[in-house]
Amino acid sequence: MFIPCDRGGGSAAPDFKGFTLLMPAVSVGNVGQLAIDLVISTLDMTKVGYFYTDCLVPMVGNNPYATAEENSVELSINAEVYSLPSKKLVVMQIRSPFIKNKYRPFCETLLSWVKSSKCARVVLLSSSHAYQRDDEQLLGTPLRYLLTPDLEKAVGGCMKELNWKEMEKVAAYPGINDTDKVLHIPGGGITKLLFTESCSEGIQMAVLLKFCSEGDNIPDAFVLVNYLNEWLQLIKSEVSTSNNSTDPSSQWKIPSSWRLLFGNGLPPALF
Amino acid sequence: MATFFGEVVVAPSRAGLDEEEEAREETPEDREIRREIEKKRYRQRGEIGEREIQVLWSCSEESLVCSRFVVAIGRNAAAFLSSFILDSVCWEVIGVVKLWNEWCRTSSTTNVLPTDSFCLFYRLISDPTVLLCQCSCYVAEDQQFQWLEKVFGSMQKKGLQVTILSTCPVADYKTQESTLTLVSPFLKALKTKEFQEQVCCPLLEQPNIVRDLPAA
Repeated sequence: MFIPCDRGGGSAAPDFKGFTLLMPAVSVGNVGQLAIDLVISTLDMTKVGYFYTDCLVPMVGNNPYATAEENSVELSINAEVYSLPSKKLVVMQIRSPFIKNKYRPFCETLLSWVKSSKCARVVLLSSSHAYQRDDEQLLGTPLRYLLTPDLEKAVGGCMKELNWKEMEKVAAYPGINDTDKVLHIPGGGITKLLFTESCSEGIQMAVLLKFCSEGDNIPDAFVLVNYLNEWLQLIKSEVSTSNNSTDPSSQWKIPSSWRLLFGNGLPPALF
Repeated sequence: MATFFGEVVVAPSRAGLDEEEEAREETPEDREIRREIEKKRYRQRGEIGEREIQVLWSCSEESLVCSRFVVAIGRNAAAFLSSFILDSVCWEVIGVVKLWNEWCRTSSTTNVLPTDSFCLFYRLISDPTVLLCQCSCYVAEDQQFQWLEKVFGSMQKKGLQVTILSTCPVADYKTQESTLTLVSPFLKALKTKEFQEQVCCPLLEQPNIVRDLPAA
């Protein structure tokens, strides 16, 4: 499934042992994917390979993180892997939706790749439908986290220090029986499946998600990536001297592929 | 999501989420039943299942050595090949793809009209390593990978160079100015880094992308 890039000189396949795998779930507003774009673009990560899979709708284009004429001609497809060894970080980006009935095989293959490449932990960026929140969730922060039991032991304390809120479980049979609680992530795509499978297979996984709706999800992406940064400290949040507050949003670099997200320019004849 | 009349409906998601998939909680028994149904669909009394595609070659697959493969996807590209390249003197039909999906059905006949949906393979008689494909039918997203594996899997590749011809509506082209003022039609290209020759037109700029069978 994972095909390493040929970087010339007969280099061996990259080694991800002990790395953190950061990846998006294709979810409402594509927030996870937008956040991953910001991470790859800002940290100027190098592509190390791609996933050859029949589970995602095919697409291809030129380099979405191009900054100049010279680096704009590398082809880019629907599932690619980037790495930054200095931060022990490997990032996967998914750029198209799942083909019907293929999301389950994809999850199985992905988790077996996680185990075979010996990644230390997986961080999944996702989102959930804002309109499905209950009364309590409507107040306070729209950000939530989840940890598999294995990762809870390692970093559970860190989440408490950061004052993060764990994703609430909902009643399995609302109105009838409020004691059976289940995890419900509407609009989260493969989030719930990946999380429950990781729990049962002993994989260390964290899910970071934001409640949102479809629309201009760029601000949601910034909020989610800043949330991630509170924990992983991928970039330094500098204190702004003008208003003396810590706002790391300006330090994330928007990739060139985010141009024209809402259509072309208007014809002058319209006015 | 609440609408104007107060009823709550499921909001459609741009992320392509299938609500049915999320709601379905499979027990091991469900999984087993589903697997058996799919097996039956694909291999019922030796018949090919509905969505499986068949690639039928008129020659033996051992003789399909290919050095140049031109694939025209969509009616416009297929018509371009018919008008400017193909003729019955220099080219012979050597294969056909038989498939069915919700949008079209192709048959195993090679005697087709331009208005039919078809997918045919031709070979240059003077150089049998040069192959052409005219694919005017729509290959559904769950069949695209199959198409690739079955077509390329049949070939012995010898320094293979693949050229894909396709068309897209101008309205889908993302550019700073309006597409109304754009001079069309125009050509754009994508190439792999292994392709070292000169490309005859500008490369496709971000944020434009290619989808479906040409992308696959």
